[in-house]
Amino acid sequence: MTVARLKASLLVLPLIVFLGLFFVWPLWMMIATSVQGGTVRLAFPATAVAIAQWNGDGLPSPEVQAALIQDLRAEVAQEVFGDAVRSLNSQQAGFRTLLPRTVTALRNAANDPAPKLEGIDPRWSQPPFWLALKRGMPPYTDANLLAAVDLKRGDDGTIAHVAPDMAVNRAIMLRTFIIAAQVTLACAAIGLPFAMLAASLVGWKRNLLLLAVLLPLWTSLLVRTAAWMILLQDQGLINQTLKALGLIDASLPLIYNRTGVLIAMTHVLLPFMVLPIYASLIAIPRNLMPAAAALGARPLQAFRHVLLPLAMPGLLSGSLLVFMVALGYYITPALTGGAGDQMISSVIAFYATGTANWGMAGALGLFLLVPTTVLYIVYGRLSRTPLVQA
Amino acid sequence: MSATSPNLAATPGALAFGAVRLAFAALVVAFLLLPLVAILPLAFTDSVFLTYPISGPSLRWFDTLATSDAWKRSIVNSLIIGSGATLLSTVVGTLAALGLRRELVPFSGVLRSIFLLPMVVPAVVLGVGMQILYARMGLASSYLGVIVAHAVLCVPFVLVNVSGSLASIDPALEKAASSLGAPPTAVFRNVTLPLAMPGILTGAVFAFATSLDEVVITLFVAGPNQTTMARQMFASLRENISPAIAAAAFVIIILTFALLLVVKGASLFQTLRNRQKLERN
Repeated sequence: MTVARLKASLLVLPLIVFLGLFFVWPLWMMIATSVQGGTVRLAFPATAVAIAQWNGDGLPSPEVQAALIQDLRAEVAQEVFGDAVRSLNSQQAGFRTLLPRTVTALRNAANDPAPKLEGIDPRWSQPPFWLALKRGMPPYTDANLLAAVDLKRGDDGTIAHVAPDMAVNRAIMLRTFIIAAQVTLACAAIGLPFAMLAASLVGWKRNLLLLAVLLPLWTSLLVRTAAWMILLQDQGLINQTLKALGLIDASLPLIYNRTGVLIAMTHVLLPFMVLPIYASLIAIPRNLMPAAAALGARPLQAFRHVLLPLAMPGLLSGSLLVFMVALGYYITPALTGGAGDQMISSVIAFYATGTANWGMAGALGLFLLVPTTVLYIVYGRLSRTPLVQA
Repeated sequence: MSATSPNLAATPGALAFGAVRLAFAALVVAFLLLPLVAILPLAFTDSVFLTYPISGPSLRWFDTLATSDAWKRSIVNSLIIGSGATLLSTVVGTLAALGLRRELVPFSGVLRSIFLLPMVVPAVVLGVGMQILYARMGLASSYLGVIVAHAVLCVPFVLVNVSGSLASIDPALEKAASSLGAPPTAVFRNVTLPLAMPGILTGAVFAFATSLDEVVITLFVAGPNQTTMARQMFASLRENISPAIAAAAFVIIILTFALLLVVKGASLFQTLRNRQKLERN
């Protein structure tokens, strides 16, 4: 390695270390957390060892029961215990009441050297509870990943669908993809002709159109979303104007529904569509269209056979970019959508900040991270336009 | 296209086409600019509602920003966190852009793509990871934690802008300087750095604007003490929509645009001065 190479590498090193620590590592931790069967094992360490010996037939041996009693009597951090209970309860309904009750009973019978679990609660004589406990113990689990797509493992270990009333994740993922596709289509429908128009103009007219695209891009996303909330509300400027023009009598429901989400997201993402198309059009020699006309092509023919194919690469990168970014949107749907318009990000945020179920948040996050990364790789292969334009 | 095909301009069909184009352009420009135009005047309303028409002008909502504990604190927090994140991301981002400049580092292209990933990875996903990591590292609910998290998101903007300005430097200038006997450090300080400065400053402004606007990661890693202006705005938008939001939006827009103008103006000024110098020599 030459001195120049070494110097260049040393300059890049701080960023590699920085992003390795605070970008790659957190993503890795999220993925690891989603497949760790950790919380139950953490809360019941003795039981974890003992129950591994049990083959799953009938009820486990008295040694396993003694280990569980030992674990339940030990001081465990409230958070860890809570996580373990939640995780067990998601596998087998009933643990949420069973475990706290057992802990209280054991505390009351602190002097009893060998309390009977079945005496405390008859559910301890039912094999499904012990099976759930055993299944909750492996170092790695696919439970979160399966639950993220509305699947679970049955008592015999086979994969099955969860009850229909619990199956919501697939519908939300589908909705996320549909909203992202709708926004991409809307951006393409507005962005393609607008970029063509801008590219066909010269001087201040072109600059004006470009400035109209860049100003929103430089403006805070939150401010733009807030502005749409103000514009779209029942007493907002748009409803007021339509009423004043006599076009409508009652306010149109424009916000807290899909319409609001699509309008706001299309506005926010439109620059990402216009700029790549504009960039690919501006590279075309200016005399191409007159040449087509001179050769006898009517304007529509020239447009279809000359301009449109040349705009295609830009349209493709713009669409990929808009779709990819739209998939992960959280703020805009949260503020302008109703309950039926929330995307996968809001479910992830609910699990992570609402219930501290990081395993579930991580599993759903993985289902969002993978498509985004794949699209980014495709985008990188196809497109030479930089991701941000200053 | 009408400009390039004047022979069609007179026909009725072409006139109609021109009218449609004009109407379409006007509609899209209105769609793009309407939100910005609509929210700014509401910062000066004297009503408690965020609606038009504005009954009278007043600065009461700016007063709210400056006096209410929650808003005041969030503005200070945004400035602290924004400055920290800008400084951190501009330093590591500029160094990396310099290192990647001549593609001397193995896998330069791959590294560049990876460095831009924070812009693409959904903020919620990164937020979950950061929350888990910070819980283990003890960085949760700390200023340092929020600054670092914001800096991760700011790095791509610095990298893109600095790389852009480095790419536009004529290598002949640096060669000339070193052939005239300037040591490498002097070439860097007196030629490369001044020429790259507009890109570095623009990157820094974009970094600051990104931090100012960040909500999602902040929701995950910040505690109540690190509530930023954007976080406060998000909370108000969900709970009690008041014109204080429009005042805050006004502050954010003015701050971002003023910084951009200063940077663009400074780089223009520098270009002119360099040209004068060249002419004088």
